[in-house]
Amino acid sequence: MDNIKKLTKMKLFLPIFSMLLVMMINVIYDIASGNPPFGFFSISINNGILYGRLIDVLNRGSEVAILAIGMTLVVSASAGTDISVGSVMSLSGGLCCMLLAGYGVTNVSEYAVPLWVGMFAGIAIACVCGLFNGFLVAYMNIQPMVATLILWSAGRAIGLLLCNSNIVYVRVPSFQFFGAYCGIIPTPILIAAVCVAVASIVLKSTALGTYIQSVGINKKASRISGFNSAKIILLCYVICGLCAGIAGLVATCRIYSADTNNIGLNMELDAILAVALGGNSLGGGKFNLAGSIIGAYTIQAITTTLYALGVSSAQAPVFKAIVVILIVVIQSQPVKDYFKKLSAKKAGAKEAA
Amino acid sequence: MKKKVVSLLVAAMTVASLTACGNSGSDAPAANPAPAPAENQEADPAPTPAESEAPAPAESEAEAEAPAPAADGEVISVGFAQVGHESDWRAANTKNYQDTFSAANGYELSFVDCDNDHAVQIETVRGFIEQELDYICIAPIQSAGWDTVLQEAKDAGIPVLIVDRAVDADPSLYTTALGCDMVAEGEAAGNWLAEYLNGEDANILVIEGSVGASATLGRTEGFNNIVSQNANWKVLDSQSGDFTQAGGQEVMESFIKSYSDFNVVVCQNDNEAYGAMDAMDAAGITYGVDGDVTIISFDATHDGLQYTLDGKITCNVECNPLQAGFAADVIQKLQAGEAVDAWTLVVDEAFVAPGITSNYAVTMSQEVLDGRAY
Repeated sequence: MDNIKKLTKMKLFLPIFSMLLVMMINVIYDIASGNPPFGFFSISINNGILYGRLIDVLNRGSEVAILAIGMTLVVSASAGTDISVGSVMSLSGGLCCMLLAGYGVTNVSEYAVPLWVGMFAGIAIACVCGLFNGFLVAYMNIQPMVATLILWSAGRAIGLLLCNSNIVYVRVPSFQFFGAYCGIIPTPILIAAVCVAVASIVLKSTALGTYIQSVGINKKASRISGFNSAKIILLCYVICGLCAGIAGLVATCRIYSADTNNIGLNMELDAILAVALGGNSLGGGKFNLAGSIIGAYTIQAITTTLYALGVSSAQAPVFKAIVVILIVVIQSQPVKDYFKKLSAKKAGAKEAA
Repeated sequence: MKKKVVSLLVAAMTVASLTACGNSGSDAPAANPAPAPAENQEADPAPTPAESEAPAPAESEAEAEAPAPAADGEVISVGFAQVGHESDWRAANTKNYQDTFSAANGYELSFVDCDNDHAVQIETVRGFIEQELDYICIAPIQSAGWDTVLQEAKDAGIPVLIVDRAVDADPSLYTTALGCDMVAEGEAAGNWLAEYLNGEDANILVIEGSVGASATLGRTEGFNNIVSQNANWKVLDSQSGDFTQAGGQEVMESFIKSYSDFNVVVCQNDNEAYGAMDAMDAAGITYGVDGDVTIISFDATHDGLQYTLDGKITCNVECNPLQAGFAADVIQKLQAGEAVDAWTLVVDEAFVAPGITSNYAVTMSQEVLDGRAY
């Protein structure tokens, strides 16, 4: 009993619980339809690569997981969201492919410039976007949603201009590698894992995490205690831009083309949702990076589940909405308070007995 | 507490927008097979309109060759308000209009690229009315919001042709409409499959386009019409890939895990087919003429037809961008004072991989590919 209590008190309990809940839907469905009950969780090696629905969740969820890192920091430090990340993904992919293919060319099988130049430019432009957002928020004191609204609309448009409104294909195996397979593991999973590892090591081993939280909790007090609040907020937006750039390149390499109209479309909403599902407050302050990452994969688990259940595409958004509402309600304060009261009553009754 | 409420609100908003996404294609185009589906283009901030494009070069050309050798010696002035230049398909469509309504053929074409901006398009049509052109062709960016300007054209006595896509307006406000029939495209794919399978069973997986887009609705309806005529055909599953390569890939990955016994995959545009092929490659499933799975795709873009030529996409049904000839026929009829139909069908073709002959489709060859306008 004590162990269970300890478990439920853990910070990550609810996010993990929510994810398992989503996956349980599959188990119930599989039992009901007479399939092996744990078909969703089975992983095998097929055609020389890892194969299974869980791998799909990890693979397809990579972009949102990478975005969630940056979004968590932005939310924590500035008590606002960066809604430009989806657009910035598209811009970064567009610039990268435009450089690799040459302006106005729509289909190449050879690089026009070395691969690293294109990749570097894509990530650099994303960082510049982050710098721009951060400057507006930290130094101009513009509300985050308004400040990032600018690039939300302009980022994708610039990407379209760079690609001359076309889909630019770069059909080179070394470019496709970043969206395909590295040995038996999908490369996007590895990229996401590296990003998460680097972020958590930096946050754990330096005081940056503490700085960000203290700025988020009270900007003025932090400044008086000697932190450069504006600089820390700026840094968070740059990291968010960097994450968007990496995610954009992963999405681009997956389809070896810059589909600027569609890359990262509505993904800012998924990233924000991931942060919320991870049990983080969108009001800033304390954050829980692991929660956000789990939130990101929970969103992908919902999508993959809907595919697995064969829910028709017209109804899918409604199902997704119901699941999300359930998860958010489970994690809401009134429900938590209710369960706390319930267990207190039980304890009281025990004592009385 | 307050913070939780805020997060709940934001989550709810996210959910609302997720749900809203489903409808984003509802006022979408009758025909846009383009690699960049117009449904998304509409949601996006379109690049700023290029004002410089307004007076089309065709005008000055016509002036230069003043005595146009038209049949009756009279130059017919035509205004064309084009959607934009978002895809190869659109570019081919534009070039086809410019070639057909040339000075040599006795026309004076005022061509305006509206760059996916509805307001610019309305103003363009107003401009055509002020210039008192003989005919106006509109490829509407949006289906809604046309009543006023169409009424103005009607009052000015200028016949209006709605081309390519549809408008939500009273048909009495315009003269005629022409475009592709998406239902017929779906039926063409089904008819070809029936002929190709020749009585064999079919376990079909469908990767649909964007939910609610007219291309999705029409192609699904047409294909299902043929499915219902064949007792041994079964549609195992049908999911939306949003007309994108990433969408097609993700849906196909999931299909492969859910179903092991499919032999036909129908993708409602070429981009989805590219994604589906990548997913099957990764899972080691063979497809195409020599493989286990037959792929049917729509749009017949240049890249798509290249795959058909290579025998990977077995059948590719086009959405014909070469529509100007049909518009010219209508205008010639009106010029001669004849009655025209309320709706003119632009005939689509289907293409099949080399080595297959069909009553419903053209067998693909390098010459066919080279001869394509786009």
